[in-house]
Amino acid sequence: MTDCIIETKQLTKSFKGQPALRGLDLQVPRGSVYGFLGRNGAGKTTTIKTLMGLLRADAGVARLFGVAVDAADRAIEIRRRIGFVTEDKELYPYMTVEEMIRFTRSFFPKWRDDLAERYLKLFDLPPRKKIPDLSKGMRSKLMLLLAIARDAELLILDEPTDGLDPAATEDVLRELMAIAASSGTTMFFSSHQLSEVDLIADHIGIIDRGKMIVAGALDDMKAHYQRLQVVLADSGQLPARWADGVESVRQEGRVVSILASRNVDEIVEQARSVPGAKVERFPVTLKEIFLEHVRSN
Amino acid sequence: MIFRLNPNAGIPLYVQLMEQIKHAVETGALREGDQLPTIRKAAEDLVMNPNTVVRAYRELEHEGILELRHGSGAFIKESAGGRARVVRKAQAIVQAALERIAPLGLTEEELRRVFENELAQVRLEGAGGIAEKKP
Repeated sequence: MTDCIIETKQLTKSFKGQPALRGLDLQVPRGSVYGFLGRNGAGKTTTIKTLMGLLRADAGVARLFGVAVDAADRAIEIRRRIGFVTEDKELYPYMTVEEMIRFTRSFFPKWRDDLAERYLKLFDLPPRKKIPDLSKGMRSKLMLLLAIARDAELLILDEPTDGLDPAATEDVLRELMAIAASSGTTMFFSSHQLSEVDLIADHIGIIDRGKMIVAGALDDMKAHYQRLQVVLADSGQLPARWADGVESVRQEGRVVSILASRNVDEIVEQARSVPGAKVERFPVTLKEIFLEHVRSN
Repeated sequence: MIFRLNPNAGIPLYVQLMEQIKHAVETGALREGDQLPTIRKAAEDLVMNPNTVVRAYRELEHEGILELRHGSGAFIKESAGGRARVVRKAQAIVQAALERIAPLGLTEEELRRVFENELAQVRLEGAGGIAEKKP
């Protein structure tokens, strides 16, 4: 068994009869940077809120560090090991940046003043400004500071770069990578920026309509997925049944585009056996994998 | 050393990084004994997952291009230069071929496709003297 920091099994949750999670299985290995992807309304935030104990699942299990998230006697211990940035970036509106840091510090015995200092400067946060006067980007950065300085073993980040300009995004991602490299912190983050996920994640999971539809190590996925382009001769007929691993086949006139998730060599052979067909293979990006799966689901 | 990774290329990032390091060795930008950035520095500078850097370095170690010294980092191996010379020989052949192709007036894209197609063809037929791994 691999060592999973986050694990859910058949996690199910409905809101007023509307299902948000329909049996979600999720495994986040220790030390991984896990990109959690899905369209709006796919169930990402519900998953994250359930993990953080802000929502209670109707059925199924969710475990952090091997402990059930609804185990009341371990709740504080678990919370202390996690840092999070939530989607709504809600903080106490009457506090200043400085007060917010001091307030949060008091809950975490392992609090690192040096890190808090460092990120205050690096993120250019004004210590005396009140929270409502901060821009969305600044609030994100403050939440990130609060998450990092508690020296968490796990960071749960709901769209951490949402609302940040490109320079600030770069700053934040760079720091996350530095932390991943130096402390081996597990990071679970959701994002809509696929190219950013592609750079920083080593594992990804795609959720759609409350279910995990693809999950795994990103490099393995990229090694297995390929797009084939087949140009048919005038009389060419495609095989009626494709080999295993064909995810989709799209035909426009004589040009056929095939997405293969594995078994590519056999599929190429099969395409080549069509008389007169020319076959080319192309690498696939995370974006293509994403779009293909959420569209065909 | 400047490495540029393109997440939109569809090629695993560790492979891109490996190829760029190899290319740097082949062109002489990195020489025998030169030190590569630490995992942390590379992850930070390139804004990429540190495990990806680790994987690229490990594979290069396996291929005999890098030497990983525990605690002190990654260095270009003494023997890596020999391989670079062989690759430079191949470069000369490709250069000559390109000169012969020039009059046909293909675009860069077209050229690349022709080359990659042929390469894929050879790979499928399992012939053509392409070494699976470096001997």
